[in-house]
Amino acid sequence: MSPSGETVIEVEGLRMRYGANDVLRGVTFRAHQGEVLAMLGPNGAGKTTTIEILEGFRMRSAGHVSVLGQDPAHGDENWRSRIGIVLQSWRDHGKWRVRELLAHLGTYYAGHSTERVTRPWDAAELIALVGLGEHADKQIRMLSGGQRRRLDVAIGMVGRPELLFLDEPTAGFDPEARHEFHDLILGLAAAGDTTIMLTTHDLAEADKLADRIVILNHGRIVADGTAAELAEQIVGEDEVRWTLDGQRYVRSVKDSTGFVRGLFEEHGTAVSGLAVRPSSLEDTYLALVHRAESGEGGPPPEDEDEAEDGGTGENGDGAGDQAKESVR
Amino acid sequence: MKARTGTTAITSGVSRGWIELRQAFSGSELVNQVLWPLLTLVAIFFYRNREFRHTGFKLGALVLPSVLGMFIALGMILVIQYLTVEREDGTLLRARSTPHGIRAYFIGKLFMTSGCVVAYLAILLVPGAFMVKGLKLDSFGHWATLVWVLLLGLVATQSIGAAVGALVASPRAAGAITLPVMAVISISGIFYPITALPDWIQTTAQIFPVYWLGLGMRSALLPGDMAAVELHHSWRHLETFGVLGAWALVGLLLAPLVLRRMARRESGARVAAYREKALQRVG
Repeated sequence: MSPSGETVIEVEGLRMRYGANDVLRGVTFRAHQGEVLAMLGPNGAGKTTTIEILEGFRMRSAGHVSVLGQDPAHGDENWRSRIGIVLQSWRDHGKWRVRELLAHLGTYYAGHSTERVTRPWDAAELIALVGLGEHADKQIRMLSGGQRRRLDVAIGMVGRPELLFLDEPTAGFDPEARHEFHDLILGLAAAGDTTIMLTTHDLAEADKLADRIVILNHGRIVADGTAAELAEQIVGEDEVRWTLDGQRYVRSVKDSTGFVRGLFEEHGTAVSGLAVRPSSLEDTYLALVHRAESGEGGPPPEDEDEAEDGGTGENGDGAGDQAKESVR
Repeated sequence: MKARTGTTAITSGVSRGWIELRQAFSGSELVNQVLWPLLTLVAIFFYRNREFRHTGFKLGALVLPSVLGMFIALGMILVIQYLTVEREDGTLLRARSTPHGIRAYFIGKLFMTSGCVVAYLAILLVPGAFMVKGLKLDSFGHWATLVWVLLLGLVATQSIGAAVGALVASPRAAGAITLPVMAVISISGIFYPITALPDWIQTTAQIFPVYWLGLGMRSALLPGDMAAVELHHSWRHLETFGVLGAWALVGLLLAPLVLRRMARRESGARVAAYREKALQRVG
């Protein structure tokens, strides 16, 4: 959990261009060992494109990327064995049984054990960990949606990865399933020194799961820090309410402590009904995204709106793909 | 370590093939698998005693080995179907996210398809041998012929199938591939000797592996004097080896190239897009 560990992901000036569309325009961030890093951003910000470049599934247009010390564009099998990817399953391996598939996929990692890590993760143990114990001998197509997603996580973890990627892991979940899933991820994060990187467009999710959040908007990182740092660093406008002489007041201020001190110095006991609401992460996030959209954070966005929003709804980042289709 | 990981693709691939082969022949799947060979047997049963052009040779004896050849060729269609379906449902992307996964996937698929083909042959040949008179099954040389034609045929048809499967866009498009394959089968002397067909059709048929697989199987399972009803009154082993070998070579050179290209393009976003498309079609 200590963000002071060695650098696991290093991204500098990452650019991705599909035809005339710049999907990523100089993305820079790092992830450290043992950290849970959330990449937060609205739909179409380029999150999926970024994570797929890190996973070695896509080639980038420009920039420096290093994942576990290697360029993912040229990652070898040993590199692949150190990485876990939680894919959103659909119909694949429907005839396989849960235990059978995990045990089978484990065999791919057996040759990649090191002194520190014994691979793969024992299938029975892993099944218990993700709470699929009573479904171990079920055919995968018989699992419910939530159970399948637990299996997806188990598949991502079966090689005891040093780094785990999750792309929009809770898209389409109901609140209860989302809650369960969060507990599962938090459990994994607490259990070992696996670094976890996830993307989400849900601020509450990022806040709940992540040690650190990077906010991606229009292909740029617009903020980077812990939830508390973000709230402080960017807007930092707390809301102060008070009553003076029967009159109610509301004011947004940067230094709420200083402001309140001043208030008391001036009016003393005449002040009543004081309430200070610290700026929430949500305010920060909305302010950031809004700022970027109104053009302060980067070049005018009018041309990419069409490209980035013309996507697939739920997963949002279909934009890059569409553009890619037209290039091919 | 290098050597060990090098064999992972093979051992994991083969065990993958075994598991899927078992799945293909258990439960409700069994019916699908056994249906076509059994229907074919029934058809052969009804005209097994009909004579071919006053030659004294029974059609049953000519058709049963030819049909074995055809079922070897059908391995190609199986591979195309598996590849297109499993690319769409995300199986291939999972393979891509696993070390050695893509190679193991293909090894498993070829192993499984070959296993299916061999099972079809057994389903046809074992009862067929009792049903049809005039097969020659007691010579080592004939079985050796069966084995090399079978092996060469599996490699040729499945490598070509893998290459085609990688180029075909979707399972729907894969369905359309079945038509030309059926057309080739119908002119390849499987259900009726090719000598009964016009010259130009005979020439066309000899470009494709199906005719040669049928011929190879006939040469393996029929007595030598039955070569009299073939083109050039010969089993033409050298030509069989040449044509099947050429297809195998083309397939083995082409398949890795196009498969690598196909695998490289798979990503989560693509599979999400496939899903979107498929769900729209269903809904």
